Amino acid sequence: MTRRSVRIRQSVGAYALIAPALTLISVFIIYPFLRNFKLALYAIPPFPGLPSKWLGIHQFTTTVTSDVFLNSLQATLLYTAMVVPLGVFAGLVLAVTAHQKLRGMAIYRVIFSTTAVSSVAVAATIFGTLLNPVNGLLPWFGINVNPPFLQNTTWALPAMAIIGIWEFMGLSFLLFSAGLQSLPEEVMEAALVDGASPVRRFFRVTIPMLSPTIFYAVAVGTIAAMYTFGQMDVLIGTGSTTYTNTDTLAYLIYQSVTVQPNAGVAACISIALFGITSLITFLQFRFLERRVHYVGE
Amino acid sequence: MSQRRFSPRLGSNLRIVSSYAILTLGALAVLFPLYMTIVSSLLTAKQFGDTPPDFFPPTPQWSAYSNAFFSGHMWHYLFNSLQQTVEIVMGASITTVLAAWAFATYSFPFKRILWTIVLSTLLIPFEVTIITNFQTVNSLHLYGTMWALSVPFMVSAFGIFLLRQAFLGIPREMREAATLDGQGSMGFLWRVALPLVRPQLAAFMVISALGAWNSYLWPLLLTTNSTTNRTIQIGLKALNAGTIQGFNVVLAGSVIAAVPMILIMIFFNKQLVRSLTGGALK
Repeated sequence: MTRRSVRIRQSVGAYALIAPALTLISVFIIYPFLRNFKLALYAIPPFPGLPSKWLGIHQFTTTVTSDVFLNSLQATLLYTAMVVPLGVFAGLVLAVTAHQKLRGMAIYRVIFSTTAVSSVAVAATIFGTLLNPVNGLLPWFGINVNPPFLQNTTWALPAMAIIGIWEFMGLSFLLFSAGLQSLPEEVMEAALVDGASPVRRFFRVTIPMLSPTIFYAVAVGTIAAMYTFGQMDVLIGTGSTTYTNTDTLAYLIYQSVTVQPNAGVAACISIALFGITSLITFLQFRFLERRVHYVGE
Repeated sequence: MSQRRFSPRLGSNLRIVSSYAILTLGALAVLFPLYMTIVSSLLTAKQFGDTPPDFFPPTPQWSAYSNAFFSGHMWHYLFNSLQQTVEIVMGASITTVLAAWAFATYSFPFKRILWTIVLSTLLIPFEVTIITNFQTVNSLHLYGTMWALSVPFMVSAFGIFLLRQAFLGIPREMREAATLDGQGSMGFLWRVALPLVRPQLAAFMVISALGAWNSYLWPLLLTTNSTTNRTIQIGLKALNAGTIQGFNVVLAGSVIAAVPMILIMIFFNKQLVRSLTGGALK
């Protein structure tokens, strides 16, 4: 066999191996993503067979400046601003505290990771019950909110955020635990020998050393939070008085695919949400990563 | 000495006490809602409104579970979810292993650009692809079948990345020796490479199962009008919407939906942690 024919055989073999994966990626990820940019230019009737009407970029500008979109954008950003910092902070504090030679740490670790495996429907149901006005629990704690949390225009979105924080806390904890385990022990010990207080050590040593993990957790958490809509769908829905307070952009996309089918508008919102989230991630890279301290550099 | 994280000699009792206080507070934040869910699922409607609340069910009402399982069809949905999860894990493992193996060990035209394309799809969230995917499953005549729930997820760019890294860790010499012995690339993959990357493959399978079982948006889109193919998550949503009366049935439903993944977390903790934190560590 010549060298050339070996190479051709190898290429054919390689393409056969990547074909299934590449086909699925093309059909279900790349094609639908790129097609958004075409759909966004048309008014598409909800029933197939009817002609689509060309609207051009006009549809995009109208959509992203509409009150509905701006309201959802505000809800999404507020939700993200509540979930990410608190979720990252809770995970960080718990991971640093659990990273000690103390009895029972293994049990705490398992407990904290529980929320990372809970589905959004389960988490929403659990908190929906705790916040249920019929439940005797909150009044017993002296918490009486009227109207009740989920029907309250002030409290509905923070309630959604509590669910988000609870869910994100587990992953955040796991990320920081892994980050701590990869740190060189000598640095932590040196700080200890220096006699630095625990609080001082936390801010002066642990946080700078963990900054790559903090950055990663913030980036991952932000993307997940920007696309949240599950608990809103389970607990609030379109008919509620607080719908407009919790109507995130991802929920808006879902609405425009099912409830009021309008593929063109849905595509515009998808592009905008993707663009805004990418911009935030880019800015985080730009301004946060500069402050990240990589061990060994 | 270097094995010790903090020397107990230097640690004060105050530090230990405050550490436990923080951890217990965190554990309460996690466990209290879960515990109250289980307790409340066993209460009567009247007991549910009790002040002070019941922290232990005085007369456990197991009927909520049979109501959720049978009247609420959670039993049926549990099997749908199981089927969906198994299909996704098996399908995704096969396509992912094959592609990762090709990207790790073959040289072929356009390899670099194809690899860049695969990696760049990691940046595309599923939410922004639903409009067309919804139409695609319709035009492929998959709507209303269980396949519609699983086929779009039978591939994972993250998995290809994870396994390619693992395959690259296998020494080149081993492969060359196998080739001299007359063993083909696929034989080597099956007999040598796969057993070597078992930890990474297991981690991928666990995260894939977790994602499939907990998925919400896609099954919601596909089963809003047809109840036969609902997954457990959408069944739980339906219970929340009041298809079966009673708060306790909803809670029983949430326990049923949560238990399988909590078991996975306990039995596959190492794999789960590895896959969840895989991207964070170099």
